[in-house]
Amino acid sequence: MRARVFVTLKPSVFDPQGRTIQEALHTLGYAGVQDVRQGKYFELELAAGSADQARTLAAEVADKLLANPVIESYRVEVD
Amino acid sequence: MKFAIVVFPGSNRDHDAWHVVTSVLGQSAELLYHKETDLKGADAVILPGGFSYGDYLRTGAIARFSPVMGAVRRFADRGGPVIGICNGFQILCEAHLLPGALARNRSLSFICQPVTVRVERADVSFTCASHEGQLLRIPVKHGEGRYVASEDELDAIERRGQVLLRYVDERGEPTDAANPNGSMRSIAGVANERFNVFGMMPHPEHAVEDALGGSDGLRIFESIVLARFSVSKSAEESATR
Repeated sequence: MRARVFVTLKPSVFDPQGRTIQEALHTLGYAGVQDVRQGKYFELELAAGSADQARTLAAEVADKLLANPVIESYRVEVD
Repeated sequence: MKFAIVVFPGSNRDHDAWHVVTSVLGQSAELLYHKETDLKGADAVILPGGFSYGDYLRTGAIARFSPVMGAVRRFADRGGPVIGICNGFQILCEAHLLPGALARNRSLSFICQPVTVRVERADVSFTCASHEGQLLRIPVKHGEGRYVASEDELDAIERRGQVLLRYVDERGEPTDAANPNGSMRSIAGVANERFNVFGMMPHPEHAVEDALGGSDGLRIFESIVLARFSVSKSAEESATR
C-alpha cells in the first residue's frame, strides 16, 4: 500500500526558503502569492494489510525519522 | 584523560579535534567509528563537525541512529561529558540529548567567518576554564546553525541557565547584526539540564593556536579537562577524609 507523508515546518518557525520563493514569485509578477511555506514529501511503499495499518505505520515512521517533532509537523495520506 | 572522537560517514573535523586533544592539550584520544558499541573507557566524548550522511533528510537525523549513539546515550545518562560541535550539536539535538533543533540559516547562505560569543556562565564543565562574560573569538562554518525551540522551551532553558554561549558583538551585546544565522535568543551553545551534555555551533577546535588566528577555542577543551581533574581531585579528597 502506498502512503504519502507531507512534512512541513511548524507555523511558528521562520521558513527562509519559503520566503525566498515568495519573493522570487513576486519578482516574476505574481503579487497575489501572499505566503509560501516549503516542506517535504515522502512516498512510502508499505507492506500493510489495510489502509489503517498503513496509516499507523507511516505515522510511526514519520514520528521516528521523517519529521523532527521540535520544528516540523506532518500529515499522512493513504491511497 | 581519554577522549573518544566519534567518526560518522561524512564527519570531517574529527582530525582537528584529535589535534587539539593530543598535540595541544597532551591528553589521549581515540577515533571511534560510528558502528562501535563500546566507548573503550573514554572519559569524554566529542561528536565532531562535518556532514554526516551528507546531511540527507536533515542534518544529524540519520547519524543519531548510528550504533555508537546507544553507548553515547548511556554514557551521558551516567553523567559522562559529551560535547557536540556543529554537526555534533545537530546530532545531539536530533537524538534529544539536547533541547531544540538547528534549522537552515535565515540568510540561506553557508556562513564561514569568525564570530564573537559571550560565555554566559563559567561554573559548569564546558566553560569553567573561562570566566562569566568573557568574549571568545571562534569561527563558524555552517549552513544550518539557526537554533530553534518553542518560546516556552526557550524560557525554560534560559531560566535553568542552560545557555552557555551567546552570539554577541565586539562590545558583548547580543545584537541582531552579531547573530550569524538567526538563532533564537542568539544562542550559540546550549547544555542539557544536568550540564554534562553540551552543543555549540562555532568550531572551538579551529581556534586553538596562534597559527590558526587565535586560541580562544582552547578554553572549551581546557574546561573539560579541568572539570575532570577537579572531580577526580575532590573524589580523592573525600576518599582520604
